[in-house]
Amino acid sequence: MKITEFLKSNIVYLDGGMGTLLQGAGLAAGELPERWSISHAEAVKSVHRAYFDAGSHVVSTNTFGANALKFSHEELDAVVRAAVENARAAATESCGTQPKWVALDIGPTGRMLKPLGDLDFEDAVSLFAEVVRLGVKYGVDLIFIETMNDAYETKAAVLAAKENSTLPVFVSNAYGADGKLMTGATPAAMAAMLEGLGVDAIGVNCSLGPLALRPVVEEYLRVASVPVLLKPNAGLPRVENGKTVYDVGPEAFAEALTDLLSLGLRLAGGCCGTTPEYIAALTAQSRSVTPKPLTDKGITAVSSYTHAVTLGGAPVLIGERINPTGKKRFKEALRAGDMDYILREGIAEEECGAHILDVNVGLPDIDESAVLEKTVCALQEVTALPLQIDTADSTAMERALRRYNGKAMINSVSGKAESMAAVFPLAKKYGGVVVALTLDEQGIPATAEGRVEIAKRILAEAEKYGIAKKELVFDPLAMAVSADPLAAVETLRAVKMLHSLGCHTSLGVSNVSFGLPGREMLTASFFTLAMGQGLTCAIMNPHAADMMRAYHTYLALTGQDESFTKYIAFAERQPSPLAVVQQAPKTPEVAASELQGAIAKGLKERAAALTQALLLEKDPLSVVENEIIPALNTVGEGFEKKTVYLPGLLMSAEAAKAAFEVIKSKMQGGSATKCAVVLATVKGDIHDIGKNIVKLLLENYGFAVTDLGRDVLPEAVLETVVQLKAPLVGLSALMTTTVPAMAETVTMLRERAPWCRIMVGGAVLTGEYAAAIGADHYAKDAMAGVRYAEETFRALKDLK
Amino acid sequence: MNAVNVKEYGAPPTSRREIWRYSGVTQESPEEAALLAECLAELEGRLAYRACWCEFPVSVMGNEVDLGFVRVRSASLAKRLAGCSRAVIFAATVGAQLDRLIARYGVLSPAKALLLDTIGTERVEALCDTVCEDLAAEYAKSGLVTRPRFSAGYGDLALSLQRDIFAVLDCPKKIGVSLGAELLMSPAKSVTAIVGVGYENN
Repeated sequence: MKITEFLKSNIVYLDGGMGTLLQGAGLAAGELPERWSISHAEAVKSVHRAYFDAGSHVVSTNTFGANALKFSHEELDAVVRAAVENARAAATESCGTQPKWVALDIGPTGRMLKPLGDLDFEDAVSLFAEVVRLGVKYGVDLIFIETMNDAYETKAAVLAAKENSTLPVFVSNAYGADGKLMTGATPAAMAAMLEGLGVDAIGVNCSLGPLALRPVVEEYLRVASVPVLLKPNAGLPRVENGKTVYDVGPEAFAEALTDLLSLGLRLAGGCCGTTPEYIAALTAQSRSVTPKPLTDKGITAVSSYTHAVTLGGAPVLIGERINPTGKKRFKEALRAGDMDYILREGIAEEECGAHILDVNVGLPDIDESAVLEKTVCALQEVTALPLQIDTADSTAMERALRRYNGKAMINSVSGKAESMAAVFPLAKKYGGVVVALTLDEQGIPATAEGRVEIAKRILAEAEKYGIAKKELVFDPLAMAVSADPLAAVETLRAVKMLHSLGCHTSLGVSNVSFGLPGREMLTASFFTLAMGQGLTCAIMNPHAADMMRAYHTYLALTGQDESFTKYIAFAERQPSPLAVVQQAPKTPEVAASELQGAIAKGLKERAAALTQALLLEKDPLSVVENEIIPALNTVGEGFEKKTVYLPGLLMSAEAAKAAFEVIKSKMQGGSATKCAVVLATVKGDIHDIGKNIVKLLLENYGFAVTDLGRDVLPEAVLETVVQLKAPLVGLSALMTTTVPAMAETVTMLRERAPWCRIMVGGAVLTGEYAAAIGADHYAKDAMAGVRYAEETFRALKDLK
Repeated sequence: MNAVNVKEYGAPPTSRREIWRYSGVTQESPEEAALLAECLAELEGRLAYRACWCEFPVSVMGNEVDLGFVRVRSASLAKRLAGCSRAVIFAATVGAQLDRLIARYGVLSPAKALLLDTIGTERVEALCDTVCEDLAAEYAKSGLVTRPRFSAGYGDLALSLQRDIFAVLDCPKKIGVSLGAELLMSPAKSVTAIVGVGYENN
């Protein structure tokens, strides 16, 4: 019988600790326990056998750390083979009469994935895939991914398991005392992602004892529709006379787990400090527990690497601003690869109150797949909001979904056969809540009934792929009332009808006001009406004050804002009429001197406001030349004379940048007036604070900076330098271990981009070192970098 | 083999003076003071102070040091462990949330990113001080004294020792710290160190 069949109506007992027992048998500090499967096969086998004898249905192979980071491919093969054989032999030899299964045990790689660490997501998938293939080859019954303390690495392991086997996959994560994974994910976030990926059982192991983990397990039982598992430690370890002892004994351990089994836990075993004695106590004590039937919790959720957003409660706001449509500045940023601009848009939406961010980077002349993937990854470095991936290109969709850390929203599928055939397989494989537009090959039906008909067809088709109704959100399409006065009425009817069918709905609400003045108020009222009909979520502009008012007042009026806390906080943030009076424009003379002062003091908002006031009277270029640059120079010189320190210099630079942003919005074309500079932190190095500082200053001084980010391959630097014919490149390295990568980059540039000057900087570098690796200039700090860039620019001008 | 101890700590007291010292600032301006206050407020509750450690028997022969789990040649370490019969190897971290916050402000405000980074350095050093004070107090009970901590990558102690330290402490599992291919730790604000344990008169 397959374990998934057995699990439907039975409690499954897992095994207990392995490492603890092997240490007891003589495993030395730092020795790889997996090698014992070969060198001490009998010891390993007898541990497995003891667990089977104690009543475990499943034992996990001694392969926790078996991967190609620690073993050669040959040894890995041998280790996995021996591990599986030991477990199989134990199953045969055991006196236990219960059904028995052998699980391929997969633990973390021990490396952190990018962006927090340096292991690439696909490299992690490959590492796990190799082990999965070996497990399959040697005949395991299921795959048990355990002790994962990071959501992204968990996803990599699950994808590897799913892509290389058809075996059941169980996933267990290690939670801290704060009820979260080390990298921040909550149980709800993990449940959303793992159920989306099609995992057969999910849960918790290691870290703490059964009582301390109880809240986490209860949360799993609340949200999970698949069976929940628990393998806690035998409490907390302490060292007594040089020996480790745990504070929860077998009987207390069994009692705590039995209690959870009667609450709905379906798989139970132990982790560090537990022994066959614990499992024997557990099977004995819980013998009379009847397994609680599994129920679909009916939860619709998307997630990020920290939290889940549940659809179906208070309406959910999906920020629409990461989209180039109709936005000149955004298009410019996309074409120039100015990721920071896009990221700032996302963060601004988050700060305005968006719950999910829609991400659309579709432009005819860019490689949408590559840019979308890159944008999704970059956004996940700076915001913890779940993302809605918005593209009509299924290749781009797949690449983004694959790399996404969590369970995304998918925007969108429609009733067209081709669309469903492209999107549903992706939603099934990677998980995701799919936005379904109620249109088909014939277009958008005029009536609500017609749109609901399409929704029903989409539902039926989704079911064929095994995608449940709760994973779909229908968009019955907001249309311009200016074209058809009854358009809004029809859309609202469709929302109501879909709601009464138990379907979730979403609308791109702003379409309704197209072609009319005062769009924001019209859109906001429509939004209120739609929420009244049961709208689940809206794709909207969170910067639009009327929209946020509509949202907060709706929640307050419908009993969805306990004690009006959100409403009151929102109301208090509204600008008072008095504040508007105080912002009255100043005379240009006053504003000018104040702008210099604001920049010198590093007051961002004030610098922007004063620039705004100045531009009413003066042309942008004169503000730059007569106010901003002199202020920057004063501060820069102060830094060089050591009367201004680095934080002060940066604060001024940011204030100047805020002023520049205002100027940019008034000027045609880009604002860079000097030459191109390419910046990168070299391969292997993930520190970028210093490089970002140099970038900020160079931009303020008018250089066209292309920032390649951190951990950049020499080839990538070269490619950009050649493409831009850049006269200057700046490389940064912080670690002695990454200076060779810098040298490699310099050598490559020297050979293939000989025109390009190279300046280098970073904590470990010195002038001597820079010269030794062949750089033109060592920039001891950010201002020195600016000075060298100016020198390069002057030399370039003289040459011309 | 001795077990690896794991402990979560409360926030050690913050030293603004240290933070400014790491930033190279000798006289803070009111604006800088305000920014520091803002950063500290934002970090409230976001740092997780964790450490793990394990004791090993050590012996020193000239520049050769046997740490119990690995032998290293290092005059600097030999000097610091002279006369010690044991050493504690520990790893400490303030957690991954700070890395994320620094990345976020790298986009929004390099000034804040820089200050947060500096605060992180001060925080993890303060945590190491706490760990060492705890160890000193513990060993004092048996009449032993602990030496100042010393880390791989300083003096002539090779950074590659990090691989061995990570293998014996099992840092990824114990406190969520991992070691990259270039021997960088993640979360970035993490420290490993060796603390010699011996008698006063040595």
